[in-house]
Amino acid sequence: MSKFGKKKKGIPAVNTAALPDIVFMLLFFFMVTTTMRETNLVIENPRLPTATEIKKLEDKSLVSTIYVGKSKDPNRDGVGYNKIQLNDKISTADQVPAFIFSKRDKLAEALHPFMTTSIKADKESNVGTIIDIRLKLRDVNALKINYSSTAGSKN
Amino acid sequence: MARRENPEINAGSMADIAFLLLIFFLVTTTMNVDSGVSKKLSEKPPADYVPPVIKEKNIFEVNINRNNELLVEGDRMEVKDIKDAAVMFIDNGGGIGKPGEDGTPGKACDYCKGERSDSSSDHPNKAIISVQSDRGTEYGVYIQVQNELLRAYTELRNRLSQERYGISFDELEESYKDAKKSADSKSRAEQLKLKVEDIKKAYPQIISDAEPTS
Repeated sequence: MSKFGKKKKGIPAVNTAALPDIVFMLLFFFMVTTTMRETNLVIENPRLPTATEIKKLEDKSLVSTIYVGKSKDPNRDGVGYNKIQLNDKISTADQVPAFIFSKRDKLAEALHPFMTTSIKADKESNVGTIIDIRLKLRDVNALKINYSSTAGSKN
Repeated sequence: MARRENPEINAGSMADIAFLLLIFFLVTTTMNVDSGVSKKLSEKPPADYVPPVIKEKNIFEVNINRNNELLVEGDRMEVKDIKDAAVMFIDNGGGIGKPGEDGTPGKACDYCKGERSDSSSDHPNKAIISVQSDRGTEYGVYIQVQNELLRAYTELRNRLSQERYGISFDELEESYKDAKKSADSKSRAEQLKLKVEDIKKAYPQIISDAEPTS
C-alpha cells in the first residue's frame, strides 16, 4: 500500500520554464521595430498640425530633425512658442547651418542631396520662425524639407 | 567514487533578466514613423538674378495675415474653399503653355477641363501659386493652406491618371514604388516611371513662398 501513500500534496507549481522564451521574443520584437531615441526634448512635445497630403520619411539616418515649440523651462529660456531646439539645447536660427554641417559630416558625400530636414513645429508657433530656419537651410543647400504633421482624415 | 551528475543551472531568474532588458528597450526607443508635408526649396538665386516677368493672370495669390485670415486673389476666403479655387485656377487652360526645353513651341492644354477664361492661368505648367504669409501667422494655419493647395494638385493628377491609365495617381505611384523595390520587375518599373513622370509633367506643382510681411 506504500504506493498510494506517496501521492503528492498541494497544487503543483506552474511550469515557468518557457517564460524567458516568451519575454525574449517580445524583446526581439521591440528591438527590431523601434529606433533609438536620439534627443531629449527641451521643448514641450510639439502638437503637430494635421494634414492629408503627407509622405513618410523613409530612411531615418538621412533625416535631421529641428524642433520648434514652447520651452519646458520658461525661467531659463523665456516664454512663447518660437523656441528652436537643435540637438539637445535651445538655439537660434543662426546655428542651423552648423547643425546641418555636423549632420553631414557623419554621412558620405554622395548621400548629401538625399538628406531631409524634418521640422517638427508646434501648431501655435509662428511662420516667421519657420521662414528664418528655411532661409538658413537654403543658404547651406539643404533643400529637402518635411513639415512633420499627423495624418488627418480625407474628406 | 560515483561522480554525481552536473546539477542543472537554475534558470528561474532568466525571465527577470529578460524583462529587465525588455523594459530598458521600451523606454529608450521610439516607434513613431515620421511623416509630414514634403517640400523642396528652390536654390538660392545668384546675387545678380533678375526674376522673370510673369503675367498677373498666371499667378494665384494667397495671403494669410497675422489674424490667420485668408485673402485669395483679392477676396476673403475660408480654408475649406481654397482647394476648389486652386483647382479652377490651375485647370483653366486659357492659353498656350511654356515652350519645351528642346525649343518646341508651347501647346494649348488639351487635357484641361477648366473654363478657358482669359483672365485666369494659361496652362498648368505656367500656373504659379504664390503663398504670402505674415511672420505672425500661426504655423498650423500655414500648413493647412499648403495642404489644401497640394490636395488641389492631387485631385487633378488623380483625374488625369484615371483618364490616361485607368488608375489613380496615388495607386500609380504606389505600384511604381513596389516595382522599384523588387529586382525582377525592372522593365515594369521603367514603364511606370514614364507614366508617373508624364502625369507630373502635365500638372507640375509650382507653389512658391513669397517674402513674408512683418
